[in-house]
Amino acid sequence: MESVNRFGPELILLATAGIIVLFDLALPVAGEWAGRRRRAGVVVLALAGVAGSIVWSSLLIVFDQEGEAFSGMMTLDKFALFFNFLFAGIAAIVILASVDLLRRSRFQGEYFALVLTSTAGMMLLASTIDLIAIFVALELQAISLYVMVAFLKDGRSSEAGLKFLLLGAISTAVTLYGMAYLFGLSGSTSLAEIAEFVAQAGPDSRSALVLAAVFLAAGLGFKMAVVPFQMWVPDVYEGAPTPVTAYLSVASKAAGFAVVMRVFVVGLGDGTISGDWAYMFAIIAAISMSVGNLMALVQTNIKRMLAYSSIAQAGTFLIGLAAVAAVEPRLLLGTSSVVFFLATYAFTNLGAFIGVIAISNKIKSDEIADYAGVARRSPLLALGLTLCLLSLTGIPPTAGFIAKLYVFNSAVQADLVWLAMVGVLNSVVSAYYYLRVVLNMYTGEPASEEGIQPGPYLAVAMTISVVGLLVVGVFPNPLVQASEAAVSVFG
Amino acid sequence: MLSFVIFLPLAGVAAIALLPREREGWAKWIAAGVAAAVLAGVLILFAAYDRDPGGYQFIDQHGWLESGVSQFKLQYIVGVDGLSLPLVLLTAFLSGVAILISWRVEMRPKEYFAWLLVLETSLLGVFSALDFVLFFLFWEIELIPMYFLISIWGSGRRVYSAWKYVLYTLFGSSFMLVGLLVLGFTAGTFDIRELGQIDEIKDAIIPVQAIFFLILIAFAIKLPVVPFHTWLPDAHTDAPTAVSVILAGVLLKMGGYGILRLSFSIMPDVARDVSVWLAAFAVVSILYGALVTLMQTDLKRLIAYSSVSHMGYVLLGASALGTVGLTGASMQMFTHGLITGMLFVLVGMVYDRAHTREIGALSGLAQRMPFITTMMVLAGLASLGLPSLAGFVSEVMVFLGTFEHHEFLTILGVIGIVLSAGYILWMIQRVFWGELDPRWEGLTDATAWWERGPLLAMGLVVLLVGIYPAVMIDLFESGVAPIAERLA
Repeated sequence: MESVNRFGPELILLATAGIIVLFDLALPVAGEWAGRRRRAGVVVLALAGVAGSIVWSSLLIVFDQEGEAFSGMMTLDKFALFFNFLFAGIAAIVILASVDLLRRSRFQGEYFALVLTSTAGMMLLASTIDLIAIFVALELQAISLYVMVAFLKDGRSSEAGLKFLLLGAISTAVTLYGMAYLFGLSGSTSLAEIAEFVAQAGPDSRSALVLAAVFLAAGLGFKMAVVPFQMWVPDVYEGAPTPVTAYLSVASKAAGFAVVMRVFVVGLGDGTISGDWAYMFAIIAAISMSVGNLMALVQTNIKRMLAYSSIAQAGTFLIGLAAVAAVEPRLLLGTSSVVFFLATYAFTNLGAFIGVIAISNKIKSDEIADYAGVARRSPLLALGLTLCLLSLTGIPPTAGFIAKLYVFNSAVQADLVWLAMVGVLNSVVSAYYYLRVVLNMYTGEPASEEGIQPGPYLAVAMTISVVGLLVVGVFPNPLVQASEAAVSVFG
Repeated sequence: MLSFVIFLPLAGVAAIALLPREREGWAKWIAAGVAAAVLAGVLILFAAYDRDPGGYQFIDQHGWLESGVSQFKLQYIVGVDGLSLPLVLLTAFLSGVAILISWRVEMRPKEYFAWLLVLETSLLGVFSALDFVLFFLFWEIELIPMYFLISIWGSGRRVYSAWKYVLYTLFGSSFMLVGLLVLGFTAGTFDIRELGQIDEIKDAIIPVQAIFFLILIAFAIKLPVVPFHTWLPDAHTDAPTAVSVILAGVLLKMGGYGILRLSFSIMPDVARDVSVWLAAFAVVSILYGALVTLMQTDLKRLIAYSSVSHMGYVLLGASALGTVGLTGASMQMFTHGLITGMLFVLVGMVYDRAHTREIGALSGLAQRMPFITTMMVLAGLASLGLPSLAGFVSEVMVFLGTFEHHEFLTILGVIGIVLSAGYILWMIQRVFWGELDPRWEGLTDATAWWERGPLLAMGLVVLLVGIYPAVMIDLFESGVAPIAERLA
C-alpha cells in the first residue's frame, strides 16, 4: 500500500484519464450534451485530475512520505516531487490551451485522456531508479505523444506523427542498447548498483562504459532534442497541433532531462567515466546552441523558429549538466541550475506558444511576417508574447535572465569558461530572431484593424505563464530553494 | 528613500498603463509629474548626502537570491557615493528635460512616455547598484525601452539603427557577463563595495587580465571608444530628440562610470599596466571623432560624432589614474551630459521647424530664432571649453591629470580642443549667421514654456557649474579618491 500511496499523483491522473474516456463515451453525442457543455465537462474533469494530483503530491510532502516503492524500481524523493509539480503545472496549462483546438473535434475525451496518461508517464520517468522502469515509463509517455502529434489527421499532422513514431522507435532501440551494455557490465538494472560498479570499475571496462554512455546519450538525446538528434524537431513541431507542440517542447524535454540526470548523475556519476560524459555533453551543448540558433535565424514560420530555438535552449540546459561532472567534487549547482531552467523554460515557452495559438487562430497564419501590427490589434496579447520572448532571450526582469545567469554561473564554477562564452554569444544571436517577432508586432502595419480576442481559457493560461515568469524573475529565491532541494538527492 | 526614487517611475508606468484610450493625452502630465517628483527626491538626497565622511550612503540592502549548496549569492544593494550621486542627479534632470521636450509627441503617447519612464528607472538603477549582478540587470533592462523608442518613434533608418544599438550593446554585455561571473566566483562575492577592497585577485580560473578585458569591452562599446563607436552616429541620428538627449547625456556615461567603478577599482593592477594603451585609444577617439565631426553635413550627426571625441576625454582622464585625472573624467561626464543634451534639444527644435538637418541648406536662422541661437552659442561655447562655462573645468582637469603620465599623448589630445572649436564655431556660423534664406522666412523661435523652460534650466546649470565648479568637483573628488588610492 505504501508504494501505491507514494504514486498516488500518477494513479489519479491515470484514473482520471479512464473516467474521461468513459464520460465521453456514455454521454449522447446529440442534444444538450453536444457542444459547449460536453467540452466544458471534459476540461473540468481533466483539470480536476491534475488538481487532485497536485494536492496528493503536496500531502506527500506534508506527511513526509518519501521513500522507495515497488521493490526498488521507483523512488519518491524530492527530485521526483519537484517534477510531479512541474509536469502537473504544464499539463494544466496545456489543457487550457487546447480547448480552442478541440472546438470542432469529436475526440475531446481521447485527447485529454492522452494528455493525462503522458503526464503520468513523465512523472513516473522522473521517479524511476531502475533501467526496466525507465524503459516502461519512457514508452508510456512516448506512445501517448505519438497519437497527440497525429491528432489533426490531416496530411502534415499525420506525417509528423509517423516521423515522430519511427524516429522515436529508433531512439528507444538505441537507448535499450545502451542499457543492455550497462546491464551486461554490472549485472544489475538498478541505478544504485550500477553506480557501485562504475565507481570501482577498472580500466578494462572503461571503453564499454563509454560506449554505453554514448548510446544512452544518443537515445535520450532524442527526448531532449539536442544536436545531432534533433532532425525530427522542426517537422514534428510544425505539423503537430500547436498545443501539442507546446507540450512536446517543454514537457517531453523536461522528462528527457530528468531521466538523463538520474541515469548519468546517479548511475554513471562516480569514477573516471564522469569526466568523459561531462565533456561529451559540453560539446553537444556548444553544437546544439550554435546550430539551433543559426537555423532559427533564417526561419520565417514562427513554429519552426520556436522549434529551432528549443534545440538551442536544450543546448543551454546541457551546459548545467556538463558542469556537474566537469570538476571534482561534483557541482550540485549544475544540476540545480538545469532543474531551475527547466521550470522557468516551461512557463516561458508555454506562454510563447499560447501567444502563437491565440494570434494564429485569428490571422490563420504561422508566418512571422503576418504578425505585423499585432500590438495594435491586441496590446495585452502582444505584451504577453513580448515578455515571453524577452525571457527566452534572457533579458531581465524575466525568469529567463535568472535561469541563464544560473546556468552560466555553474559553467564558470566548473571551469568551463569557454562553454559559458559560447552560451552568452549564442544569447546575442538568439536576441535577433526573438526580438524580430517583437519588432514586427509593434512596428509593422496590420493587415486589418480588427481586434484579436483570445478566448477565456487561453487568456487564463497566458496570464499564468506571464505572471509566473515575472514573479520568478523578480523573486527567484523560492524556486531556487526548491530546485536545490530537488537535486539534493544527488548529493 | 533611494529605492523609492529608483522605482518611482515604474509607478508612473502603471498609472499610464491604466489610462483609458480617450485620456491618452494625460500620459505626458503623469510622466512630467513623476519625473519632477524623482528630480525632487534626488535633490533631497543630494542635499542630504553627508560630504564629510563621504563614501556610500543611503544604502538599501536585501537578500535576493541565495544558494544553499554552493557559492552563489545575489543581493539587492543600492547606494550612492560622490561618483554616482551627480550622475543620478544628471539622469533625473535630463529625464525631466526629455519628457518636457516630447510634449508634442502625438503618436502612441501612452507607450512613448511609459518607455521613457522605464528607461529612467533602469538608468537610476545602473548608477546606484552596488551589486555587480544587479548593475548588470539594470544595464540590460535599459535595452528594451531604447529598442522600442528608436524603432517606433525614430526617423530615417530607425529600425536598422535600433538593431545596431541593441546588438552592439548585447554583444558587449555578453562578455561582461562572463567576466563578472568569473570575478564573482573568484572573489566570492558580487558586492561592489567588497570587490573594491580585495587586494589581489588570486587563482582565478582565467588570467586576471582576461577578466579585465572581458568587462572593459562592454564599457568601451558603450562609451564608445573608437573602433567600437559605429553604432553611435546611427542611433543618435535616427532616435527621436528626447532619446538622443538621454542617449548622449546619460547612456554614454554608463560606460565611463563602469570603467571607473568596476574595471579600475576592482582590478587596479591591470589598469596600471594598460593605462598607456587606454590613453592611446582615448587620443585616437578624440582626434578621429573630431576629424569626422568636421566633415559632417547633417546637424544631428555632427553633434553625435562630437560625442565620440568628447567621450575620449573621459577615457584619457581615467588613464591618468590620479585623483585629478579621474575627477576630470567624471566631471567631463557630467558636463558633457548637460552640454550635449542641450545641443541635441536645440538641434531637435531646428529640425522640427525647418524639417531639414542639412547644414548646407540652413543659414541665417539667428534672424528668426534669437532665443534658440543664444542658447546654441552658449552650449557651443561650453562644448568647446570656453573658460567660465561648464566644459572648461573638466577638460583642464583631464589634461592636467594626464600630462604627468602620458606627456606626448596629452599634447596630441589637446589638438582635439582646437578641432572642436573649429567644428562648433563653423557649424554655428553656417547655420545661424549669414544671409537668411527666403525659405526660412516663416520659421518661429522657441516660445512655448515646455521648450524654453528646459533650455533655460540647462543653460543656467551650465553657467553655474562653469562659474562655481566646486559644487560638483568636491563631490566627484570624494568619490574617485578611494579609486585613485587603489590605483596609486
